[in-house]
Amino acid sequence: MTSPTTITPQAYMRAQSRWHPLEIAFWLATLLPFVLFPNYLSLASQITITALFALSLDIILGYAGIVSLGHAAFFGIGAYTAGLISKFGWGEPLTGLIIATTAAGLVGFAVSFIISRFRHFTLIMITLGLGLLAFEAANRAHWLTGGSDGLQGVSIWPVLGIFKFDLYGYTAYAYSLAALFVVFLAARLLINSPFGLALRGIRENWVRMPAIGAHSRAHIRKAFTIAAAMAGLAGALLAQTTESVSLESISFQRSADVLVMLVLGGAGRLYGGLVGAVIFMVARDQFSGIAPQYWYFWIGILLVTVVMVLPNGILGGLSHFYARWRRK
Amino acid sequence: MTPAAKSDAAERPAALATRGLSKAFGSLPVARDIAINLPVGARYALIGPNGAGKTTLINLMTGMLTPDGGQILLAGDDITALGPEQRVRRGLARTFQINTLFAGLNALEAVTLVIAERRGLAGQFWRSVGAYGEAIDEAYEILRKLKLGDSCYQVTRELPYGRQRLLEIALALATKPKVLLLDEPAAGVPQEESGEVFEAVAGLSGDLTLLFIEHDMHVVFRFASHIVVLVSGAIFTEGSPAKIAADPGVREVYLGKRKHG
Amino acid sequence: MLPPVFGVLFDGVAYGMLLFVLSVGLSVTLGLMNFVNLAHCAFAMLGGYVTVTLVNDLNWPFLATLPIAFLAAAIVSMALERTLYRRLYRASDLDQVLLTIGLAFISVAIAAYIFGTTQQPVETPASLRGTIGVLGLDLGKYRLFLLGVALVVTMLLVVGLEYTRFGAQVRAAVDNQRMARGLGIDVDRTFASTFALGSGLAGLGGALAIEIVGLDPNFAFTYLVYVLIIVSVGGLGSIAGSFAAAILIGVSDVAGKYYAPELGAFLIYLVMVLVLMWRPAGLFGRR
Repeated sequence: MTSPTTITPQAYMRAQSRWHPLEIAFWLATLLPFVLFPNYLSLASQITITALFALSLDIILGYAGIVSLGHAAFFGIGAYTAGLISKFGWGEPLTGLIIATTAAGLVGFAVSFIISRFRHFTLIMITLGLGLLAFEAANRAHWLTGGSDGLQGVSIWPVLGIFKFDLYGYTAYAYSLAALFVVFLAARLLINSPFGLALRGIRENWVRMPAIGAHSRAHIRKAFTIAAAMAGLAGALLAQTTESVSLESISFQRSADVLVMLVLGGAGRLYGGLVGAVIFMVARDQFSGIAPQYWYFWIGILLVTVVMVLPNGILGGLSHFYARWRRK
Repeated sequence: MTPAAKSDAAERPAALATRGLSKAFGSLPVARDIAINLPVGARYALIGPNGAGKTTLINLMTGMLTPDGGQILLAGDDITALGPEQRVRRGLARTFQINTLFAGLNALEAVTLVIAERRGLAGQFWRSVGAYGEAIDEAYEILRKLKLGDSCYQVTRELPYGRQRLLEIALALATKPKVLLLDEPAAGVPQEESGEVFEAVAGLSGDLTLLFIEHDMHVVFRFASHIVVLVSGAIFTEGSPAKIAADPGVREVYLGKRKHG
Repeated sequence: MLPPVFGVLFDGVAYGMLLFVLSVGLSVTLGLMNFVNLAHCAFAMLGGYVTVTLVNDLNWPFLATLPIAFLAAAIVSMALERTLYRRLYRASDLDQVLLTIGLAFISVAIAAYIFGTTQQPVETPASLRGTIGVLGLDLGKYRLFLLGVALVVTMLLVVGLEYTRFGAQVRAAVDNQRMARGLGIDVDRTFASTFALGSGLAGLGGALAIEIVGLDPNFAFTYLVYVLIIVSVGGLGSIAGSFAAAILIGVSDVAGKYYAPELGAFLIYLVMVLVLMWRPAGLFGRR
């Protein structure tokens, strides 16, 4: 038979990593809050930070297929590390960010050796257990973390010596957004790399991987470490932009919420976590008046709907309908 | 075989050999003291009634199952202690009886992944796949030879079953194996498409050593130079196709049963 | 005369027995089909609220409500199994986790809406209040009752598994699902029945728990963690495993509160992670 009529293999593969106009529109839209919602910039930076956290979970969940119920452990490690560095005198944000990210990455590396050895229910329980242990550790060590009172005395110096973190939130949002964008570029490159392809292979068919000569566990360790570092970076951003760290940042609640956001937006699609975070956080802000259990009622309805009707989240549903529409 | 070729083959170690390979699940033995010798370039068929342990043998050879006793030798090297991915890297590949493919990837991506793994590129996360032109071209070449070139951008789960079986073989070939174990390559493929699968098998290089499990005796007699008959986990007999066809014991144990099963 | 530590031990064992009744259903269904049902404790909560309603609003005697709690939970679980769970038997772990957590969230909200967020007390029969002196210890009568109920349940389960045809089918399916199907066992139907039974037991446990730990809408999640720990440590599909793990967790929890309150739940989480790393299928699990 003849060669594919439309495009050569190399050109096809290169085209997979090309920027889609919708992507460019998305990133341009992230600049809108500066102009349209100047009173909501602190919410905007919260959303940005959570989006970054969701992106980090997507690497292991959406691409490598690891269900983690304890990912907030790394978020919290990043937050507390950044907070503590500043509390002990070094308030420079960029270096603090790098140190906190590295700390979370190192812990993630160590934990990855455990994670990569287990699957299914055992793995879910281990991630849950480790997450709960991290929470308990932070809770008990109030001499270090402030316990349930939270970390006090965090004071961050201006970014690059010029941009102070103020109440208006311009610096906070610009800083978080810049961090998100840079990390996103790195994640995008990772997903489109041979390593990203290997992760998708692991997700698609675990059994086939050793049969093609792949060391799945090594790949999982690498992905987990990277995801832990990214989560730590997000946590550090939170600590720096809000100049505080609370137990909430390392709680099961945070682990569960980010999972819901990612699933809502659509895991394994790079933008799913970002979209999910925006929708979830905006909705939560709008409905902040209602009691928590009723908020979770609607989350419950949403989860049941997504699982039964929209298995690939909002982005999955949209792309499915778009594909069907194009075929007509 | 000419006498010269025979002695030549006798000097080289077997491409794949097992010695005393045994495995039992609890009190149920599934492999009993199996000794197989595959010379380089061989075309061996492994036949036997259902439940004889043929796929189990392949799982033992490839490392998906750990034997209770015995050894596996690849080109003379003992690989019994190696994990499955290490055996693949040494040149031992297999296909699965039931399609075990990457459903959400397309054929080009899947084969490129295999090649990336083989070339040690799969750990690189800082360059886009599109930059690895050689690997992509090699992947496409393998697909083209198996007549999958024109559907290589289609996602695997949408491919017709026969094409998926060919992709099974493509994935294994992309590891550049020296020994290829095919587990019922045309299983489940409708009559019209099974010809393509066998053409692909026939077209495989003479350097490649093949062991295939097959139920269809026409296929066996057409492709195999040597047949091994496995019954209840042990080798019942082996020999040339003519010898096996004439063996009344085989007919009773296998060919006779085939009429019922 | 026994030293007070035995009193703590007794409380721990009683608590463990309650946890066992709550957990055993989840252990068997997980072992059978590997279906991760995080709504399990929501069924327990349902049983608890059924008892609350019957006793407080309809003046039923407490003991009579227990079988109703069991049945209510079993029936609701059958309805959910038929409509939702059935479609996810072969779905991914993530999908099962999400669906069942979603159902748990919904149930918590419904409970809060109907019953409010405060704890609901229930009047237990006079015969079960107070203590009995045994060997110098004051053992709570309710806890003794709890022990009795749990032991009866255990015996029924063990006898049922060992000597009935249904029990044999369950054991076969837990052991090797593929082979069980090959033998003609309808594993899906076996699972549905086991699921109803397990959820019913959870409902019973929820009703029994009111007197020991109190009932509020958060019950569905608070005890879920304990149940999951018991199931994973004990081993999926193992009644003996759940029994042992439940006693272990029950005693550790109560003893911990008495003798080392600073440690809190830390020790239990650590034990779980370490056990799972050593024996991924749990202490008595297979595979």
